[in-house]
Amino acid sequence: MANHIIDIQNLSKSFGGKKVLDNISFYVRQGEFVTLLGPSGCGKTTILRQIAGFISPDEGCILLDGNDIAQIPPYQRPLNTVFQRYALFPHLDVYDNIAFGLKLKKEPQEEIDKKVRKVLKLVSMSDYEDRDVESLSGGQQQRVAIARALVNQPKVLLLDEPLAALDLKMRKDMQIELKEMHEKLGITFIYVTHDQEEALTLSDTIVVLNEGKIQQIGTPADIYNEPQNSFVADFIGESNILNGRMICDRKVEFIGHEFNCVDEGFGDDVPVDVVIRPEDIYIMNQTEGAQFTAKVKSCTFKGVHYEMYVETENGFELQIQDYNAFAVGSTVGLVIKPQDIQVMKKERVCNTFDGTVVDDSHVCFLGEDFECRVPAGLQSGAEVKVQVPFDKIELLDYQEDGALAGEVHFLLYKGDHYHLEIKTDDDDRLWVDTNDIWDKGDLVGISIAADDIKVIA
Amino acid sequence: MMKPIHRSSWCLPYVVFMAIFVVLPLILIGFYAFSDGNGHFTLANFTKFFQDKDSLATFALSIEVAIENTAICLLLGYPVAWILTNKKLNKSAVTIILFILPMWVNALMRTLATAELFTMFGITLGKGTLLYGMVYDYLPFMIYPIYNTLQKIDPSYAEAAEDLGATPWRVFWKVTVPLSKPGIMSGIMMVFMPTVSTFAISEFLTNNKIKLFGTIIQEKIYASMWNYGAALAFIMLIIIGITTLLTNNDSDNQVEGGLI
Repeated sequence: MANHIIDIQNLSKSFGGKKVLDNISFYVRQGEFVTLLGPSGCGKTTILRQIAGFISPDEGCILLDGNDIAQIPPYQRPLNTVFQRYALFPHLDVYDNIAFGLKLKKEPQEEIDKKVRKVLKLVSMSDYEDRDVESLSGGQQQRVAIARALVNQPKVLLLDEPLAALDLKMRKDMQIELKEMHEKLGITFIYVTHDQEEALTLSDTIVVLNEGKIQQIGTPADIYNEPQNSFVADFIGESNILNGRMICDRKVEFIGHEFNCVDEGFGDDVPVDVVIRPEDIYIMNQTEGAQFTAKVKSCTFKGVHYEMYVETENGFELQIQDYNAFAVGSTVGLVIKPQDIQVMKKERVCNTFDGTVVDDSHVCFLGEDFECRVPAGLQSGAEVKVQVPFDKIELLDYQEDGALAGEVHFLLYKGDHYHLEIKTDDDDRLWVDTNDIWDKGDLVGISIAADDIKVIA
Repeated sequence: MMKPIHRSSWCLPYVVFMAIFVVLPLILIGFYAFSDGNGHFTLANFTKFFQDKDSLATFALSIEVAIENTAICLLLGYPVAWILTNKKLNKSAVTIILFILPMWVNALMRTLATAELFTMFGITLGKGTLLYGMVYDYLPFMIYPIYNTLQKIDPSYAEAAEDLGATPWRVFWKVTVPLSKPGIMSGIMMVFMPTVSTFAISEFLTNNKIKLFGTIIQEKIYASMWNYGAALAFIMLIIIGITTLLTNNDSDNQVEGGLI
């Protein structure tokens, strides 16, 4: 606890009945560069705004140096923010923008002059003091915004997607400069971004968020090499995510082959998810000594490496990155080393819903009545569990054709099929395995055959 | 073959309209102001005004009343506009309509009704009632442009100021007020200019006890002193012109102020 400058404990927040943050806890050490990473709408900016004090948490608390800061208004918090669209005051020039905080503290004029000059030098913007902020380029405005925050020597600097509005080249340059500033100043940075590469480049620690929940906390290497669930694996970097089965400790089966791995403690004969990074699959022309073989389907030059898609003899598609190109159509031998296989516990193996019996041939779940076989002896109104396998849910092009309407919320390619998360209009979730191609945001009708619904008393 | 009509010729009707209803009257005012009854050039109308103590006093009073009215409207209107934009204080769009609503009713009718109310309550008509009537009539013209500008200010500016250590009071004076300057300027112009030239309000709400510059112009024109009346109108135009120039100097922001 001693060197935790910020401690977030059980933070929850709802907007208009919708939970945007759900029991968030993490800490930030003195001098650390922590990144909150997640897709848009995951709640990362809400966390930052709560630390800054612009919104107050519904539940939980934020400790700064061990003290709860809930009652401290934003203007008294020793934190400063770099805003997403900079929020430089258009009626003030560069000097007055940067001096804004110092003037409020009534610091002597020569002190302000000295500090402004120093911080302008730090962000390589000397000689811009008298410039109108609106006459500056995006990158320059960004630098002024950083200078305006840093000049107050905050205990923690909060950065809300500060580079999102810059073009790629400028973003890369600014990333390096930010990292250097962080090392030079020793100020704690909390950085919000949706750009996984930026997070991997800059951070000491990454907090991966999705839908208001923490998915994983770890160093960039941890997050990349050992993703804890399929969301993290899919969101950070490229990956092959496959269904597998843990045969026993250190032995896992996937794509129809048995592999040695380094994971233990999952139990015997347990379904798991397996993640293999495309650069971790060794590809060669001879099939001798290979663990399995495949046919090259496509090969694209990506600058440093070639990106290839291969299809194994039993129909699984894998993405592979290698410095050498392999001819499309050729048969190649493939090897995956035990330490490159990341095994993850499956979050679920089957759709399970709470339902109630309507009559001897209908059960109500997800807000609809479904025809199915109801085990004998169950009265109408009885509470039951309903199970539907992932691959037994049929998705239809038109919402009105299904018993239920939903939207494709998240999708994963699993080598030979897609695993989709469907959000219904009532905000219920169901998971579907399908060979059809859907996109995120597609509106679908959901239909389930009577024989595929298993009712458990 | 017919020649296609060039797009610029579409504005011809407007040019004609402006020429007849704006430019020509201005020229006529200028012509009458600088000529005597026989159409000969003279400055006599102006010298007459500057030598006439009563007219000068009325002129000074008009400016005074206009400044007072503008100041009161600003003091009352700014907080109202601010409250209307503040989402915590004002949750409904109806409130703004309520403030704008009086603008839909003819000003003369409102003024007559106000005068009746004063008479009913036995309040003596005078400068107080005059200012009351003016503020009542012109307040929406102050509120609306300020409200418009305040509404367009990105809330992140206020957040940034607060983040840098400004108390809400300081945020207001150091960020909100400076950023709403275009709206304030529009409001001042829209209140000050018509008050200088008003005559109906002073006639009804003071029973003609207090005469404003507009009243004098009206009287001169009624008395067929067209040349003198035109000269007075000309002077008023100059005054309005000067105020416009003074309030308009950060012209690039002006558009945002939105003259409704």
